[in-house]
Amino acid sequence: MSASAIERMKFDDALAAFEPVLGLETHVELGTASKMFCSCSAEFGGEPNTHVCPVCLGLPGSMPVVNASAIESTIRMGLSLNCSIASWCRFARKNYFYPDMPKDYQVSQYDEPLCVDGYLDVVVATDDGPREFRVEIERVHMEEDTGKLTHAGGDTGRIHGADYSLVDYNRAGIPLIEIVTKPIVGAGELAPLVARAYVTELRDLMRALGVSDVRMDQGSLRCDVNVSLAPSGEPWGTRSETKNVNSLRSVERAVRFEIERQAAVLSGGGRVVQETRHFHEDTGETTSGRSKEHAEEYRYFPEPDLVPVAPTSDWVEELRGTLPEVPSVRRARLQAVWNISDLEMQTLVNAEALDLVESTIDHGVDQAAARKWWTGEFTRIANEQGIALTDLPVTAAHIARVEELIADGSLTDKLARQVFEGVIAGEGDVDAVVQARGLVVVGDDSTLLAAIEQALADQPDVAEKIQGGKVQAAGAIVGAVMKATKGQADAAKVRTLLLEHLGVDG
Amino acid sequence: MANITREQVQHLAHLARLELTEEETAHYTDQLSAIVEAVEHVSEVAADDIPPTSHPVPMTNVFREDVARPGLDRADVQAGAPSWEDDRFRVPRILDED
Ligand SMILES: [Zn+2]
Repeated sequence: MSASAIERMKFDDALAAFEPVLGLETHVELGTASKMFCSCSAEFGGEPNTHVCPVCLGLPGSMPVVNASAIESTIRMGLSLNCSIASWCRFARKNYFYPDMPKDYQVSQYDEPLCVDGYLDVVVATDDGPREFRVEIERVHMEEDTGKLTHAGGDTGRIHGADYSLVDYNRAGIPLIEIVTKPIVGAGELAPLVARAYVTELRDLMRALGVSDVRMDQGSLRCDVNVSLAPSGEPWGTRSETKNVNSLRSVERAVRFEIERQAAVLSGGGRVVQETRHFHEDTGETTSGRSKEHAEEYRYFPEPDLVPVAPTSDWVEELRGTLPEVPSVRRARLQAVWNISDLEMQTLVNAEALDLVESTIDHGVDQAAARKWWTGEFTRIANEQGIALTDLPVTAAHIARVEELIADGSLTDKLARQVFEGVIAGEGDVDAVVQARGLVVVGDDSTLLAAIEQALADQPDVAEKIQGGKVQAAGAIVGAVMKATKGQADAAKVRTLLLEHLGVDG
Repeated sequence: MANITREQVQHLAHLARLELTEEETAHYTDQLSAIVEAVEHVSEVAADDIPPTSHPVPMTNVFREDVARPGLDRADVQAGAPSWEDDRFRVPRILDED
């Protein structure tokens, strides 16, 4: 790719001249069994156009009916975000022509969202320690997802230059919740981190609620990032909207890039255009999309085919009773129970290993061992394979079994790693891999002693050195024994046996 | 007559992706004016203390249990599609508009 033509100001200079204002619009696809307004399966994937019916295809005469579970999930999301729940609200039609919706409108909520006025506290790591920010929530509303377009013909596979498009409506009508923040001001140079921390916390909250699998890589959590810059002492300026930023890291990068880009525009005497921009994972840049100079006319009006939603306070309170522990509270509790440092906790969180470690400990594994496996070996392998830690085929039960075998001396750490290698390669469970690969500690003393004697015979000067006081020379013999036993001996035990054999105190 | 203008009709036609001839535009301008005028009679009766009605039947909370059921057979879906390719609806190029 050629060098970018987009001018940027250095981040620190941009922050010295301007105050960034953020707004985040996050879409969460609910993990319901059926769609928002019809009984079609909401399962991810499926052959194209097999999860469709007259309602989600917008066929004449079809009538939508609201999914009760989607309403409950939305209310629980609103409550967990400290929102007020509307006692009466309606759906609205958002009219537009685009083939991703066969009805030519999307059922959404307009001026009567189900949940309003909440907040989410997030923590950002700074040089002076952790700092808490309160992100205020404007609204949480319900709508339906759209179909998936594939652009065909042309040679780029992109919408520009395409000859025509193909549409799969399996996703059309999946319950979609939009969470909109109020303007986030005052974050200054921490703005990119606050944006990332907010989306992370929101994701963990949704996961704890069990309302969505919140996979940014699969599109069940999507984020639009709005950024504007205010010259010091002035209210905010014109904002850009960067659409569908689909990883946590990209959220942070998109905010940073927009701050640097807009600062360059403004300080060069230009003006920021209100427009949609697209984020590019490869370059970390945003490029201009549709201009919003002319506000779109969606002609919202109350959806006549759906009656209003009016949650009773009894129902809302009953749902409040089902809220799980808030992730930040849970983190603090686990950190205290496991007695680990802020840094160790941060490592677990960054590795996305908290749930995995907790369930491993629940299987009886020591907390230090559980943390070591997930943030060390398994994180390395997951990164190598480019998959999420949770997608590794290793389970808490596997780790518990391996740790049992280590404890009773049948496996060493090194052998344990080979066992997991086998488990991850699909060779079976722990015992099957141990069996098939013949991974057992060579433990009986006579075998080890034979190997020690052989090694001493091969390196006749070493015994003398050790007996003469150079105990560190034992390493050469231990190494030879480990090699002879193909690494399947316990090195510490070999060393002890060797010193005993030579009559030397370790 | 309510004063619906030609420009309003043209604007609406564009939003609805309808191409109108001059005659049609004139025709709909008259028709829409008459319709709006008829509807305006409602506000002569409904005072400020009567909220606008969006739903004629006072009913709320009509829900369905979250149970997935099979939808249409794809052959039937395809039969209703004007154009079809690779198990998907084929639609004309999108960005030529505006
Ligand atoms: Zn359907």
